[in-house]
Amino acid sequence: MTAPLLSVKNLTIDYIGETDDFRAVDNVSFDVAPGEVFGLAGESGCGKSTIAFAISRLHKPPALIRKESAILLDGRNVLDLDQRDLADFRWREVAMVFQSAMNSLNPVLRIEQQFYDVLRTHKRITRAQARDRTAEMLKLVDISPDRMRDYPHQFSGGMRQRIVIAICLALDPRLIVMDEPTTALDVVVQREILQRINELRRKLGFAVLFITHDLGLMVQFCDRIGIMLGGKLVEQGTADAIYRTPEHDYTKKLWASFPSLHGGVLR
Amino acid sequence: MTGMSAPILTLDKVSKTFGNGPGAVRAARSISFSLHAGRALAVVGESGSGKTTCARIAMREYEPSEGRLLYKGKPVDAAGAREIADYRRSVQMIFQDPFASLNPAHTIAYHLKRPLMLHRADIRGAAVDEEIRALLRQVKLDPEIVAPKYPHELSGGQRQRVNIARALAAKPEVIVADEPTSMLDVSVRLGVLNLLSEMKRDMNLGLLYITHDIATARYVAEDIAVMYAGQIVEWGNTGKVIDNPAHPYTKLLLSAVPDPDIRFDDPNAQVSSAEADETRRRSAATQETVREVGPDHFVRAA
Repeated sequence: MTAPLLSVKNLTIDYIGETDDFRAVDNVSFDVAPGEVFGLAGESGCGKSTIAFAISRLHKPPALIRKESAILLDGRNVLDLDQRDLADFRWREVAMVFQSAMNSLNPVLRIEQQFYDVLRTHKRITRAQARDRTAEMLKLVDISPDRMRDYPHQFSGGMRQRIVIAICLALDPRLIVMDEPTTALDVVVQREILQRINELRRKLGFAVLFITHDLGLMVQFCDRIGIMLGGKLVEQGTADAIYRTPEHDYTKKLWASFPSLHGGVLR
Repeated sequence: MTGMSAPILTLDKVSKTFGNGPGAVRAARSISFSLHAGRALAVVGESGSGKTTCARIAMREYEPSEGRLLYKGKPVDAAGAREIADYRRSVQMIFQDPFASLNPAHTIAYHLKRPLMLHRADIRGAAVDEEIRALLRQVKLDPEIVAPKYPHELSGGQRQRVNIARALAAKPEVIVADEPTSMLDVSVRLGVLNLLSEMKRDMNLGLLYITHDIATARYVAEDIAVMYAGQIVEWGNTGKVIDNPAHPYTKLLLSAVPDPDIRFDDPNAQVSSAEADETRRRSAATQETVREVGPDHFVRAA
């Protein structure tokens, strides 16, 4: 196996309370290879989003990453970066798409300006160059470049989500963390977007850490999957193994809780 | 739908338009369906397809712009005060958000006492407390523990069970459930759906199940109606519609349902965005012609 792009080692995160601490992530270790889609599945409260935030160091107090933890991106420990390196690391190395990302666009700025802000912060770039890059990125996600002068409200939810993904890709990050990126969208739009991301990662070679509670969707998209329960990573394996030969009882239970389209009916 | 009892609730060519002039939104267009005792009808569609508008019309929260709402065969707009009170008792709703639909300042017992006081003149005094306990047991909650608690002390799944108990307190004949499990964790969803189905069967309720998840529709409902852009584009027996979809939108919807047997990398399994847009465009147009695909399976011509 090639050297991992992302290597999470013994990650332990506590939410510090007045009297007790709550262990949200408990000694979790996993690797993501370059160009790989790795999925984290589990119920709300299992710690999967806490991990997503920690990878870009976006976690805020009372969350505290315990000392023995390490998050290595290409061998460099993200937890050791100073503020300047961290600012440089975000977006350029790791980009993030959140659940309600389509609402994270600034409603009073044109799409073009929002691309420019991101590009300008991280690169020496002229307006004209930024515009070219914007057009290129919008084309990647099937949005006509002549709409870059529009405002967010002029796009549908699915289109806004695609714009956020295009902004994420604008700096050629090597890892994109996607936390329930399509949960707020209907299934057809969800399928269109994830198919597109899959094509793009084949073409551009970025890796994806994909977080969702929908196991069926996860198996369709991911190469490998980790199942989380109560802050622990209880099982990890290839998508096929998690689907066909799940070993942990919780994984089996999780599968049993999805009614299948062509499967058994109640009545 | 042969050999079925007379419907409890019928929407007969109901339309609902919001706003007027060129900007008007036709949220429901000539919607017709019936709810029968002991049967579930699933209304499936994406957000904005008009499924919640249908639920609200059934709840008499919206007046239809056109068409009629029939309760036990009689139009409801001609009903007197007593009939309206009967309707309010008979048709109960379960909401999507279990966190917002209970009053944070009142105990669970209070939530169940209110509908009993309002709709159940036959029980008073100590019988009310006994009925509250019976209702909680019915939804598989322990009355001794749950009744004195406040909503914030319960999990989402428990709260949704309280919501079901509250709906049952009025002795309804129809339950309208608008996405009752979409805000719950995956592992508790099935429990709530099982409970709804049990209630439907044991108490002979008509269930209107509104959802965007067509797989759960198959699990819960005998009949299905697929909505797009305010129209029911295909309807009939759930198994027949899902196994043999005839409308392009139903086909598109089914092809996009997450299926672990299909990998995104598989070139034969791709949903084409261009084709999807074309299907959406055609499905949004008014489709007057109805074709019978087979017994108990109908489709609009797109």
